[in-house]
Amino acid sequence: MNPAIASVGLGPYLFVSAALLVLGVFGIFLNRKNIIVLLMSMELILLSANLNLVAFSSAHGDLSGQVMVLFVLTIAAAEAAIGLAIVTVYFRNRGSIQVEDVTMMKG
Amino acid sequence: MSVTVFNWAVALPEIVLAVSGIIILVAGVLCKKGEGFFPAAILSLAAFVLCGFLVVLAPSGAGYAATFVNDGFARFMKELILAGGFVAVALSVSYRTPERQSLPFETPVLMLFSTLGAMLMASSANLMTLFVGLELSSLSIYILCAVERDNVLSSEAGMKYFILGSLASGLLLYGISLVYGYAGTMEYSGLVEAVRASGLPPMGLVVGIVFVVVGLCFKLSAVPFHMWTPDVYQGAPTPVTAYMAGAPKFAAFALFLRVMAGPFGSVAPRWQILIEAVSVLSMVYGAFAAIPQTNIKRLMAYSSIGHMGYAMMGLAAASTAGIQATLIYLAAYFVMNAGVFAGITAMRRNGREVNSIADLAGLGRTDPGMALALAIFMFSMVGAPPLAGFFGKFMVFAAAWQSGLYVLVSIGALSSIVGAYYYLRVVKVMYFDAPAPTLDRPAPSLLFVSGGMGVATVVFAIMLGPLMSVAHQAALALAG
Repeated sequence: MNPAIASVGLGPYLFVSAALLVLGVFGIFLNRKNIIVLLMSMELILLSANLNLVAFSSAHGDLSGQVMVLFVLTIAAAEAAIGLAIVTVYFRNRGSIQVEDVTMMKG
Repeated sequence: MSVTVFNWAVALPEIVLAVSGIIILVAGVLCKKGEGFFPAAILSLAAFVLCGFLVVLAPSGAGYAATFVNDGFARFMKELILAGGFVAVALSVSYRTPERQSLPFETPVLMLFSTLGAMLMASSANLMTLFVGLELSSLSIYILCAVERDNVLSSEAGMKYFILGSLASGLLLYGISLVYGYAGTMEYSGLVEAVRASGLPPMGLVVGIVFVVVGLCFKLSAVPFHMWTPDVYQGAPTPVTAYMAGAPKFAAFALFLRVMAGPFGSVAPRWQILIEAVSVLSMVYGAFAAIPQTNIKRLMAYSSIGHMGYAMMGLAAASTAGIQATLIYLAAYFVMNAGVFAGITAMRRNGREVNSIADLAGLGRTDPGMALALAIFMFSMVGAPPLAGFFGKFMVFAAAWQSGLYVLVSIGALSSIVGAYYYLRVVKVMYFDAPAPTLDRPAPSLLFVSGGMGVATVVFAIMLGPLMSVAHQAALALAG
């Protein structure tokens, strides 16, 4: 086990990442205002998983978790770009990016 | 499996598809503005056909440091996925008319890349491949939903799918991180050992598995993770909806079957109840929520929720016969679903798209051929013998019955009777209601798709023998 992990144990890492996950999920469900905030919450969720992966990778002495983090960072960048593009297109058509306005279709 | 085993040839179809996607993208950029769509679509169709052959030819085995595996199961799913992509691109060709060029040339290319991601998912042997394939497939679909840039419904569909889809991917990734942490490996073969060694899996592993199941259920649009489906199906351009109802569903099922029958196969009794609950909820919800719908794309959204419930029954059976039944069900679902979407794409009046069920009124008199095809698909969706849907339903019911899931089978039979109401209502509107103003004549590619799928639905019984033996081989490859 890596000395940095050994000195505090895995617990604090898992706790912080679980807290980030909960923050992200609540940010998506409780947010009634701006869609940009939703994009930020999604990044939080991905980062919480990344923190988990790095901590476990270090604890196991196995590199595949850190390789995965590199993939996830790349994907997160692509996802943010696509999200902003969709928000831009939506704003041009609708003139608003308030969450409560995304209600053209219902039922 | 050592890291030195590279064995690149197992991924030959994927490599060819990726390279042709990049070439088509460059070719489309070089074309004059607005003229790139048709060549791009034709080239994509050609790439799909070529890869269909390569899938059969590619050698079996593991490659890429055991992150990628090619076996009978992967082949079966990849052929289904490629067929789904092919049909969607064929529909997008006739969705675009000279007067209304709403789809850019990137549409077929994005469908191609999404299909590539779906194929990677079907071949994954490592949680890393799973996640990267899933994201390649999903990210392309986010763009495809919002691809009609001047249509507010399309951008809203893209927005909704993006937000809920990335939430599901995030949860899936968190699940993967927990599974990795508690099992110590990402390879499926290593997970098998880890699950088997710990007679009672540690809590973290169970939580991780639940997160992974939630993420996959979302991609399948199984209840209770279905909220996005009706809105996104309605808002997205029809060929994109047809795509979403096909290839990504097959890929999510491929993952489900591979992960559940492989690494977590030895703890089947612990997850069976979860899958049963999702299956029951999807079947019942799909049947009842579809009844008040007036928009045919929304109707098909609820229909696909229900169908995913039936297909999950085979997974809940947790047996080789169950896996085989799910594969047959997916094949039957593909032929009838693709046919219905060809019919929906053909619904135009004076060049404008119409989506209401009432617009089909009197189609039996104004366009008997298309009405007959749609009626065949609707009867097949109900499960009327001797059409494709009947054999799919029969197989999953039989497999679930053999595994002793009597309650599940009874609920399935009852909900398919409820479902018959809204499918047959479409038939009634077409044949017995006073005719609405006539629809435009369907484009040739739509006639080709709906005719071909209609024939496939009717003669499914003849193809059933060979199909079953292939599906049996696939199921054995997964279990063995």
